Amino acid sequence: MSEPFALLLTVLVLLTAGWIVTVRERRAAVLGFIAYGLLLALVWIRLAAVDVALTEAAIGGGATGVLLLRVAARLGDLRPMSAQPGRMLKWLAGLVCAGVSLALMALVLALPDPAPSLAGAAMEPLARTGLGNPVTAVLLAYRALDTFLEIIVLLLALIGVWSLGPDRFWGGRPAAWYEGTPSSALTFLARVLPPFGIVIAGYLFWIGADEPGGKFQASTLLAAMWLLTMMAGLVAAPRTGSPALRGALAFGPLVFLVVGLAGIGWGEGFLAYPDRFAKPLILLIEAALAVSIVAALALMVAGPAERNTP
Amino acid sequence: MSLVADLFTVATVSAGVFFYFAGTVGLLRFPDTLTRLHALTKADNLGLGLVVLGLLPQLAGFWAGMKLVVIWGLVQIASAGTSQLLAGLAKRQESGE
Repeated sequence: MSEPFALLLTVLVLLTAGWIVTVRERRAAVLGFIAYGLLLALVWIRLAAVDVALTEAAIGGGATGVLLLRVAARLGDLRPMSAQPGRMLKWLAGLVCAGVSLALMALVLALPDPAPSLAGAAMEPLARTGLGNPVTAVLLAYRALDTFLEIIVLLLALIGVWSLGPDRFWGGRPAAWYEGTPSSALTFLARVLPPFGIVIAGYLFWIGADEPGGKFQASTLLAAMWLLTMMAGLVAAPRTGSPALRGALAFGPLVFLVVGLAGIGWGEGFLAYPDRFAKPLILLIEAALAVSIVAALALMVAGPAERNTP
Repeated sequence: MSLVADLFTVATVSAGVFFYFAGTVGLLRFPDTLTRLHALTKADNLGLGLVVLGLLPQLAGFWAGMKLVVIWGLVQIASAGTSQLLAGLAKRQESGE
């Protein structure tokens, strides 16, 4: 891709960001944010970081977008809880934001050229993992501990969302998406898209070992399909206290932990894989993590328990 | 043979870009939400279809082409569905206010 295209993309990203900040209506700002996520994904593709681009499109644009849309819809006509900030405070906030942006820009310009890179170090032991995609190797072999902590953070976030619900509904179902019947167009989408979504998610998951893709993008897609059927009222959101759901949430970290501890027994330390079984073990962990990520993402969007219906 | 394929690609992709252009002009110039949605979904689906059609002769294999065709189909379903939802929302807001 050429320089004019990169410049056009940058201007578009900046314009969209400005629009999100200045637009008055909440839903319009969220829709702008989704478009912003997709534009950022294009920026990552321009930087040849396809793995990051896929994640940005799935998580930054898709998952965060639908989360914010749900919040925007649930907030309704929210009255501000405190006095509107005065002119001074607004100027101060603006100046701080501008200062941070300028400092970041200066840092980017001050980077040494060529930039320090661990690409060589990441490629060298790749053969030992049996993987073809160095990004997957970083996520699940070299820096597996980070990925392990990531899924823990995701679960903590879900617990945070759940604890926003009233006490008496703890373990109950999240609020319904609609009062009344959902539109027939939504029902149509929820019937037609999931088969495609499941196939594409399986493809993304499998191809992640050797090409851009992987469990996180695949899980986000599956969660989206599940949410679509929930929104259309085809399936009910699960009870947040149901043992199956809690089991699914704990399954990923648990498998990760067991394999990690077994690594100590194999002699190389926590989360070390023996060379011969590296790839099967990584696939096992990824599959287990996928189960937990799908459940966590979908339930996070569905929101805290607000009903006691069985 | 490759010259014919290249000419075909240039012609169809240009036609696709024209329809995108027309759809965007409609989005900017049409008076209300429903007509704007109409312009976007109609013109952009046709534009994307033409772009995909134009790219087909440039691809390495049959399956790469099929992926593009499936993407076109999915975009059609998604844009038809979401524009229905947006239209419903616009209607509700109109009657509510």
